[in-house]
Amino acid sequence: MTENPLPSESVIASPSGVKLAAKLVGSTDTRSPSELPADDVCLKVSDLALFYGSKQSLNEINMRIPRQRVTAVIGPSGCGKSTLIRCFNRMNDLIDGVSITGRIELNGLEIHDQDVDVAQLRRQVGMVFQRPNPFPKSIYENVAYGLRLAGKVPKSELDDRVEWGLTNAALWDEVHDRLNESALGLSGGQQQRLVIARAIAVEPSVLLLDEPASALDPISTLKIEELIADLKTRYTIVIVTHNMQQAARVSDFTAFLYLGELIEYDSTLKIFTNPSESKTEDYVTGRYG
Amino acid sequence: METSERLPQEHRKLFRERMSLGVWFKSGEPWVWLTATAVGTSIIAVLGLIGIIAVKGLAHFWPADVITFDYENELGAQKIAGKVVQRERVPREQFEESGAGRTLDISGDPIRLMIKSGNRRVNPPDFRWIYMHDITKQDKQKELITFERLEWGNAYGTIVELRQSGNTVNAENPWRELKTRIGRVVDLRHQARVVQNRSIDRINYKLEQLRLKQRKRELQGNFNTADLDQQREQLNQEYAIKERELNEINAELERDEVVIAISGNSESVIPLKNIVRAWQPNAMNVFTKFGHYCASIWAFLSEGSREANTEGGVFPALFGTVLMVMLMSVLVTPFGVIAALYLREYARQGAFVRLIRIAVNNLAGVPSIVYGVFGLGFFVYLVGGTIDSVFFQAAKPAPTFGTPGLIWASLTLALLTVPVVIVSTEEGLTRIPKSLREGSLALGATKAETLFKVVLPMASPSILTGIILAIARAAGEVAPLMLVGVVKLAPTLPIDGNFPFLHLERKFMHLGFHIYDVGFQSPNVDAARPLVFATALLLVIIIIVLNLTAITLRNRLEARYREAMN
Repeated sequence: MTENPLPSESVIASPSGVKLAAKLVGSTDTRSPSELPADDVCLKVSDLALFYGSKQSLNEINMRIPRQRVTAVIGPSGCGKSTLIRCFNRMNDLIDGVSITGRIELNGLEIHDQDVDVAQLRRQVGMVFQRPNPFPKSIYENVAYGLRLAGKVPKSELDDRVEWGLTNAALWDEVHDRLNESALGLSGGQQQRLVIARAIAVEPSVLLLDEPASALDPISTLKIEELIADLKTRYTIVIVTHNMQQAARVSDFTAFLYLGELIEYDSTLKIFTNPSESKTEDYVTGRYG
Repeated sequence: METSERLPQEHRKLFRERMSLGVWFKSGEPWVWLTATAVGTSIIAVLGLIGIIAVKGLAHFWPADVITFDYENELGAQKIAGKVVQRERVPREQFEESGAGRTLDISGDPIRLMIKSGNRRVNPPDFRWIYMHDITKQDKQKELITFERLEWGNAYGTIVELRQSGNTVNAENPWRELKTRIGRVVDLRHQARVVQNRSIDRINYKLEQLRLKQRKRELQGNFNTADLDQQREQLNQEYAIKERELNEINAELERDEVVIAISGNSESVIPLKNIVRAWQPNAMNVFTKFGHYCASIWAFLSEGSREANTEGGVFPALFGTVLMVMLMSVLVTPFGVIAALYLREYARQGAFVRLIRIAVNNLAGVPSIVYGVFGLGFFVYLVGGTIDSVFFQAAKPAPTFGTPGLIWASLTLALLTVPVVIVSTEEGLTRIPKSLREGSLALGATKAETLFKVVLPMASPSILTGIILAIARAAGEVAPLMLVGVVKLAPTLPIDGNFPFLHLERKFMHLGFHIYDVGFQSPNVDAARPLVFATALLLVIIIIVLNLTAITLRNRLEARYREAMN
């Protein structure tokens, strides 16, 4: 964060002449994730493989996802991006016929252990989906939903936490005077920020964002991206996106996934300026995907 | 100018094409007509059905004029006063063949009228046909009074004499005097009913409870009944007081009588205690008639039936029907919803679950009488019999729950309608978007929490649809009820002032069975016919009201969740 050895003006030279200005890359972190000290690793994925029935969707994934950073997962459609991050809060458990091998450690604890309470895990690892999915309840009730699940909370504390969540999701100013109205009356972008507020209100340590802006208009997208930048001071964020500019703008580290394999995982700056793998370079320069 | 010359030709081309039958069929227009005709026919059928029931049922309550007919037939000159209830054309051949032996001196078919002349027992029959061409004179006597009696139906006549304790009462205006005295009788009858219901029935109920308590002790080998005897003694004393009170009221009721002249030549004495109400239809104008009409309809809805259900109202049947349907809904909803939840949310979707689903769907097609037989065998005799031998040993050999009753009827109908609730709840559950379930689970909710907080509220419109269909089916069902709890005449309502207030074991009356009973088991068909229509109309209205309530509720819920469904 403190040093900046690579000139941020550097440009990827690509055979087709497509130039992607690295100044798009917001992060200045240049360390490879593999060099991170163990204390900085929030999620450690080792030899992860996932099968849908007999079809293998993820193969030998090894990743160290750093604490309080934004890690982007990019790759063409169907490469297993969403499947990968859905492993982190065990959402794949809900799908019949899924089997998983390998290890995923959250702060050093294996999440597949028998004595892990899945509900507790999901409270630790929040998730926001591609399409805004607010519950058909009031704005207030949407944010309070996760809090109420954790147990009985006094009304005043609940009010505070709801306000806190909405403020941190940059939505409070827009909705504070209509908290009791239906969440379905909000715009798409507002709904997505509401869903983020709902997820952070329970104070998870990890926030998984599955293409959070792909169903939104450009202005809403911008707001979500600004929000991500704010949130990373508190949370470890993993974002799946098929928008490479977005990955470049918001993330510190980027993983490129192709056909269920982790092709390359490095600092965003490196992936977008000087990738080691030719497949990565082809993808980030827009030759396919 | 050029275009206007060309246009007619173009038009002709279009026109010729449209006229060709093949093209017309191809255009699909006959199909539109066919579908529209089908819909139109259905609407006409439904409206016609309701219309006929409504007209025939509602006309009964109208205080039509009472006409005095003088007519002459093969039996000689006759006189009769009554209400025209039906008018019918008789084919000439039929009339001649019927062997009256008279030649018709009119052209065309003769017309006959059915006259309701009342005065049963004094001047039978109380319904008779007379031919229009026999009538020599008809007039409307203003003073003619219609008496609705507790027994023997209506009476028609004019006042000859008012008597009080056997002595003639001299009144300036006998009709007004009669009305006042009927008012007094109505008040007394009300007092008697209050004493009967609030005191005597309650004391009887307590005495019965005491008897059961004593029997229970005896069964346990405890023959110490001193305290019970004391209570019984007290109740008996109370009973004696109340009985005396009732006897006094009854003696008061006996006081007045009215003597009426029937059709000009015979007389009849009516004790006032037998009169429900009296009116002078020929002296009423349209507005007073309308007032009377509304009062009659209200009486029909709020009073019990009399005279083997051919007179009076349908309140017990109405009450029984609504209560039974409500109980049925309360029983079927949780059962059906829970079954659907398991089938859709928890069970592994395999061949076995598919088999169960097919079985459930087929259950909806089982004839309802089969459910009745099952209800009688399983619920009444097995479950009810077991309850009796465990909890109501003292009452034996008289069964408490081991006999047809309200709870068993409701349970049988709940069983009959549970497939409908299961199917529509399942449909609702499948329609909840996966994203919302995932949203809830991702926040750390367990599956059960997700079901109760997100999925079930969103499925509530579908659950309500299931309940609507269940109610529609159950409210009109009669066959199984005849086996498991419905009776022609229930002595008490299933709800009263005695603890536990709702008596699930009691037998009850039901509008559907009432229609059958009045229409087909009645000793007096002509008197009962309009009641059949009125009761049928009431049953249809109840079902429509129950349905509309549920539909409104469902639509409101649906509107709330519609956006989240996309």
